[in-house]
Amino acid sequence: MIDIREIQETVAMIHEENLDIRTITMGISLFDCQSDDICRLCERIYDKITKSAEHLTEVSSALERRYGIPIINSRVSVTPISYMAGGIRSEDDCVKLAKTLDRAADALGINFIGGYSALVQKGATDSALLLIKSIPYALSETSLVCSSVNVASTKAGINMDAVREMGNIIKKTAYLTRDSGSIGCAKLVVFSNVPEDNPFMAGAFHGAGEAERVINVGVSGPGVVAAAVKRAGDVDMTEIAETIKRTAFKITRVGQLVATEASKLLGVPFGIVDLSLAPTPAVGDSVAHILEEIGLEVCGAHGTTACLALLNDAVKKGGVMASSHVGGLSGAFIPVSEDAGMIDAAASGALTIEKLEAMTAVCSVGLDMIAVPGDTPSEVISGVIADEMAIGVVNSKTTAVRLIPAYGKNVGDEVSFGGLLGKAPVMKLNTASPSKFINRGGRIPAPIQSLKN
Amino acid sequence: MKSVITVVGHDSIGIIAKVSARCADFSVNISDITQSVLSDYFVMIMIVDISKMTSDFAEFSSALEALGERDGLVIHVMHEDIFNSMHRI
Repeated sequence: MIDIREIQETVAMIHEENLDIRTITMGISLFDCQSDDICRLCERIYDKITKSAEHLTEVSSALERRYGIPIINSRVSVTPISYMAGGIRSEDDCVKLAKTLDRAADALGINFIGGYSALVQKGATDSALLLIKSIPYALSETSLVCSSVNVASTKAGINMDAVREMGNIIKKTAYLTRDSGSIGCAKLVVFSNVPEDNPFMAGAFHGAGEAERVINVGVSGPGVVAAAVKRAGDVDMTEIAETIKRTAFKITRVGQLVATEASKLLGVPFGIVDLSLAPTPAVGDSVAHILEEIGLEVCGAHGTTACLALLNDAVKKGGVMASSHVGGLSGAFIPVSEDAGMIDAAASGALTIEKLEAMTAVCSVGLDMIAVPGDTPSEVISGVIADEMAIGVVNSKTTAVRLIPAYGKNVGDEVSFGGLLGKAPVMKLNTASPSKFINRGGRIPAPIQSLKN
Repeated sequence: MKSVITVVGHDSIGIIAKVSARCADFSVNISDITQSVLSDYFVMIMIVDISKMTSDFAEFSSALEALGERDGLVIHVMHEDIFNSMHRI
């Protein structure tokens, strides 16, 4: 029998504390679209995506109605396009593939498509190099395409040639999208240990070890966790951890329900639920506010890393029992521009990039959605990437960099991207040059902890 | 198959009657009601059986939400599965 208090709790979570399903992402393999003729390749990819996901948005709205819970995004992730570009000889042809993805996403009515990606943690194939070079053009000539490049892994180490190249690519993307706040960089992530089943953008793609099609669901709910911590009152950290675990369990169960039903209605196997706390710029939907509710004056204060570590761990412990398969990024996100509390903390100077770097060692992703001055040299951006990759590689975790060197902007300015991408205060970077290190190139060997066999 | 209807708003004459009549229009049977009025605020939770419902779920929930909007009430209709998933292991 359904209990009245449970009904009230669920309704409050959804309508007062912003509980939602952040995304239903359909992963689609493009391997059967291969062709050495670019027109034919584009045509096959367009047909495969639009046919596979034709009912995706319709099923999302039906589930939204049925359970009374908002489903914010329907998205598609595809096989990394560098795998599809084996027969391609020019950057222009790569951009044609990006435009094909953009058209398919537009036809489906989804808000992002991920997979304009390459995995080069150990070395880059000719097609991966071509795709990486085309990223700035692809992102400036499309609006719904997201791109990611994996440049490091615990098993392979760090590909420093790729790290150097990504510094240039990010700068060029910022320049080519300068008329819209360098927004192209908001759709480009550099990863270490990238998960192949992540439903969240901009880093989603459909890995080579995945099925033909799959449904992955990302939940959210920082507001629900913050409210639960507030209700818990003056208790010790053991009780805070327990409260977060219980809340994460409930949030994840909703994700599992929606994922299972979506999979049934679409006739596509269920892949994973991603147990992430994904903030939005909306009031009451902030990860920074959870940390502040635990007891920090402001996010970025000393103690922030410890609070985030507890939050991240408790979310996983609570969520893992609530879902049959957990995957993706699974943890707390700390994107600066997409989190009202982080925006305020960064703007007030309490949250610095060095503190954010420390936080990435204990959360699920990395330096995310951070605006930096537009005149930052590409070697400095590569230096930021290298540090972040080292944290991921040594700790066997995913880390990522999504920096926006906002063209023409300086420290103290603000860049606005609109919608879920939010707005970001331009943050100060240490500009001492790592140029000689970055230009050495080569590979940083895999750490000893990679030798597990 | 059950569903939960929650109604919140300023108290007025005939709220239960209106919601019940709408349920009857769709052949939705009311199995339980709890309601209270706290300082002019009306709060009702209804558990209804939707197995003989004459339309699809979306149409039924839209009809009730529209009724709520007209009368200044907030009405949500949610399938019981979400409560069972969230609160039962």
